[in-house]
Amino acid sequence: MDEKNYLKDISEIKNLMNQSSRFISLSGLSGIFAGAYALLGAAIAYIYIFPAQQQYVTLHSRDFKMLLLLLALVAILSIVTAVILTTRTAKKNNEKIWDGTSRRLLINFLVPLLTGGAYILIKLNSQHYGLTAALMLIFYGLALVNASKYTIGNVKYLGYAQIILGLICAAMPGYGLWFWALGFGVLHIIYGSLMYFQENKT
Amino acid sequence: MGIIDNINKLFDHRIRLGIMSILVVNEDVNFNRLKELLGVTDGNLASHLKALEQADYIKIEKSFINRKPNTVYSCTKLGRDEFKLHIEALEKIINK
Repeated sequence: MDEKNYLKDISEIKNLMNQSSRFISLSGLSGIFAGAYALLGAAIAYIYIFPAQQQYVTLHSRDFKMLLLLLALVAILSIVTAVILTTRTAKKNNEKIWDGTSRRLLINFLVPLLTGGAYILIKLNSQHYGLTAALMLIFYGLALVNASKYTIGNVKYLGYAQIILGLICAAMPGYGLWFWALGFGVLHIIYGSLMYFQENKT
Repeated sequence: MGIIDNINKLFDHRIRLGIMSILVVNEDVNFNRLKELLGVTDGNLASHLKALEQADYIKIEKSFINRKPNTVYSCTKLGRDEFKLHIEALEKIINK
C-alpha cells in the first residue's frame, strides 16, 4: 500500500468516528428562531408583566403565573421549531433523527438542564427567585458544553458564553431579564446565524 | 524496518479498519448500525467481525430486545491498544 492509500485510510477513520458518534444535523435556523421567540417573550414580559418601580414579584401573584406561562411558551415553541427543522436537515443529510447518536446527544443535554430546572423550581418554592435568570443561563450553558461532544460545530462556545453571562448576571442582581434576553435571545440569534451561513457555504 | 512493524495486518482492510474506528469511539454498537455506517452486506460484515473477534480485538454480546435478537459489539482493551499502535504507525509513514 502506498502513502496515498494510508492517507485515505486516515480520513475514512476520521469520518466513521465522527459519523458514528456525532449528530450533525442540528439546524442553525432553529437557533435563530429560538432567539427570536426569547426576545419576543422578554419584550412581552417587560411591557406587560414586569412590575413597575422595582416592585417584587410574589410567587402566587397573577403576574408570576403569567411569567411562567410565557417562559413555557417560549420553550415549547423553540423545541417544536428545532425538532421540525432538525428533522428536515437530517433528511437532507440522510441521517436518522432518532438513533444511538442523537439519543446520546439528547441525554447529555438534558441531564444538566433538567437538574438546573429542578433546582430553580425548588428555589422558587422557597421564595428565592432573585437568581432565576442567572441559574437558567448557567445550567443551559453547562448543558450545551456537555452535549457538544456529540455534535459538530461550535455549540461548546455558545455554552461557554451562556455560562459567563450567567455568572455576570448573578453578580448584578436586578438585571435578570436583560441578561436573560441577551443570553437566550441575542446569543442564540448570533450563533444560529453563524451556523446557518456555515451550513449554506458547505 | 521499525515503522512497518506496527502496521497491523488485521487492520489492513477497509472494513475491519472501519469497524474498529467505530468501536473505539462508541461504548457498544449493534450489527445493523455497523452495517448502515459501513455500507456493507450482512455476510461480508459478519466475516470481518468474526476475524476481529478471533483475535480478541472485539467482543460480542447477544441479547434479546422484545424477543428479537440484538447483537452488540464493543472493542476490547487489546483491540483498542492495537488500533492505537496501528494509527501511530500510519501517522509515522505519512510524516516520514
